[in-house]
Amino acid sequence: MLVYLDNSATTRVRNEVLKEIIDVNENYYGNPSSLHRMGLMAEKKIEEARKSAAKLIGAKAEEIYFTGGGTESNNIAIFGHLSNLNRDDSIITTKIEHPSVYNVFKHLEGKCRVKYLDTDENGKISIEELSALVDERTRLVSIMHVNNEIGTVQDINEIGAAIKDKNKNTRFHVDGVQSYGKIKIDVQKTPLDTMAFSSHKIHGPKGVGSLYIRHSIKLAPLVYGGGQERGMRSGTENTSGIIGFGKACDLLYEGFDREVKKLYDLKDLYMKRLKEEIDDIRFNNPRDGAPHIINVSFKNVPGEVLVHYLEGKDIYVSTGSACSSKARDNRILEAIKLGHEYREGAIRISLGYFNTFDEVEYVIDNIKQAVKDIRSITKRG
Amino acid sequence: MYNIAAVSFGELFLKGKNRGSFEQRLTDQIKYALKDFNGVTVYKDSGKVYVETKNHEDMDQIIERVRKIFGISNISPSVKTGKDVDAIIDKTLELFAYLLEKKDIKTFKVKTNRTDKTFPIKSMDFNALVGGKILEKFRSVKVDVHNPDVEIYIDIKKSCYISSERIKSLGGLPVGSNGRALLLLSGGIDSPVAGYMIAKRGVEIDALYFHTYPFTSERANEKVLKLKEKLEEYCGKMKLHSVNMLEVHKAIREFCREEETTILARRFMMRIAEKIAVENKMDMLITGESLGQVASQTMKSMVVIEEAIAMPVLKPLVGLDKTEIIKIAKEIGTYETSILPYDDCCSVFAPAHPLINPRLENIKRSESKLNIPDLIEKVLATREIM
Repeated sequence: MLVYLDNSATTRVRNEVLKEIIDVNENYYGNPSSLHRMGLMAEKKIEEARKSAAKLIGAKAEEIYFTGGGTESNNIAIFGHLSNLNRDDSIITTKIEHPSVYNVFKHLEGKCRVKYLDTDENGKISIEELSALVDERTRLVSIMHVNNEIGTVQDINEIGAAIKDKNKNTRFHVDGVQSYGKIKIDVQKTPLDTMAFSSHKIHGPKGVGSLYIRHSIKLAPLVYGGGQERGMRSGTENTSGIIGFGKACDLLYEGFDREVKKLYDLKDLYMKRLKEEIDDIRFNNPRDGAPHIINVSFKNVPGEVLVHYLEGKDIYVSTGSACSSKARDNRILEAIKLGHEYREGAIRISLGYFNTFDEVEYVIDNIKQAVKDIRSITKRG
Repeated sequence: MYNIAAVSFGELFLKGKNRGSFEQRLTDQIKYALKDFNGVTVYKDSGKVYVETKNHEDMDQIIERVRKIFGISNISPSVKTGKDVDAIIDKTLELFAYLLEKKDIKTFKVKTNRTDKTFPIKSMDFNALVGGKILEKFRSVKVDVHNPDVEIYIDIKKSCYISSERIKSLGGLPVGSNGRALLLLSGGIDSPVAGYMIAKRGVEIDALYFHTYPFTSERANEKVLKLKEKLEEYCGKMKLHSVNMLEVHKAIREFCREEETTILARRFMMRIAEKIAVENKMDMLITGESLGQVASQTMKSMVVIEEAIAMPVLKPLVGLDKTEIIKIAKEIGTYETSILPYDDCCSVFAPAHPLINPRLENIKRSESKLNIPDLIEKVLATREIM
């Protein structure tokens, strides 16, 4: 039995999406910028996809820009917000951001004042602390909606309100890659300016994502060229990727409540069964975390070793931390102040549309056996 | 410009009676190294091997590949012509014009080597004839027989070969001319360098890799495979044996003292390597050890580790500093792969305080708690050959 439990890394493309991608490649391969009918047909398909992507988050179609993926969306947004950056300007993010935000802020350290917010042991930032940091020179705050490793959900409504309350000109960007399709998002009701999404986390194809830009805002592009995506992302459109992405959005929109409930139920079941079957275990995902992420540590079990044991049983999970003490430590698990004996042993089980209840016992049995085996080796006698 | 490369052998074995078989071996190795190129012919003409290509633009890459074969002293990119005097002069002028474009030449010299004595003009006379034509056509240059900016060699054999530069090769002896040995290849910086150095002395090598999957990643395997492929550019085709040491580590952990882990595991590696070497008709082992580099590489440790086997162990890096080893690793192109982050042995098995002064009696006493033949058999059962 193959059980794929690494859906926060990427997901399997849904069959309906795959059909759409093939159809586009066979029948709608014209360049959307071409003057002729083939071009027009491709353009129309892309505009349909834009509506689908917009509908899922309560945006207007013209507020959606297709990009090359989540990383690109985050980069376009952050750099776009910060044109004409001044040395005295300040920008704020958290210590638990995805590298596509975190490393952009690191890069900007020499160019302005950069602040990183701490989190509590659940991965949550303090809104008071953030509010105290925002002043008249604060240009941008960038905060992830759902953390990719431990599933913490930040209250972006309250955060946005707190930021705008201190400085209405401070821009608020949200990395929505991990919350997409897992938590209801309504950009109309959330005081944010831009939000980044990725297709391959919601069973769409890789290499495509989107950026929501509030209609009242203009950003400077990163790439110049033919002016596609209204100048925000030049380069011939990834037609089949975009249209596949649109299809994935439609499917998600239709089944949203049902699918999310299934994820929560699966998550609860996995956590309950793990707790019942294995001793010396600690869950690092917060109680009120995202529906699809379980982060669990087994004492004396290096996460990396467990990943390799489980791949032998065709079960695929992931680890952010490395087995070797020499290797880089895990920034996120450090931020939530997880003890060393557990930090080394963390694995992430992330759920998706294709996971079933039938898989649970197979996975539990094998994790139980693997943990027992590994502990018999790692325990110094 | 160049359509052929003249390959000269190292001098060391030129006089031996094995010359014929060495030449044949080198020719085969050149052919193997160039198997990805189309339109290449390799042949011998009085003492040198020639690599001719229909695609002149491949020449730089061809030389780059051939340069890595041991036993070659230098390579001359050349122009091949027939032995018609006018044709030779035309081609020489053409080559000279090409050289002038590439660098600043004020003086030159022509040197003819007439292996084919039926060629109608004697070497000295031909030097003068061709030199005169060059002076006539290129007014800016002069002859200087002692210290010229450029020397034009005209080699008259079955065909005529015109060249101006000799690209120094790695030297050494042709791989396979000096026996066979098994290299203990880890994913680190040292062992590929050790393999390179011994192969350079004409030794044909295969490699053996120890892992502890699932305590190590399959990516560590891929890394070692990459290192093997890199080494093959120099050593020719190699076999890579890969075995899983997990059972040995489990047993050591269960029955022995933590600080002895490294020494005990290394002794097992030696035994396993010896077995595989004997089975493959190899006479020695090669390791990348350098004296004093890590705990298992103190003199005392080396003595205790090697006591486990009868087969001699070559340690070409034993007297080199890490910086010297890194320098060679960079030159031969293994460094970038070696520093990828995937470890070949999980830190779980690395003792916090390894022994640096192990005593053989103690180690043997610990080993008496282990079923050595059974463990070796278990490890060998995991062997994969890549």
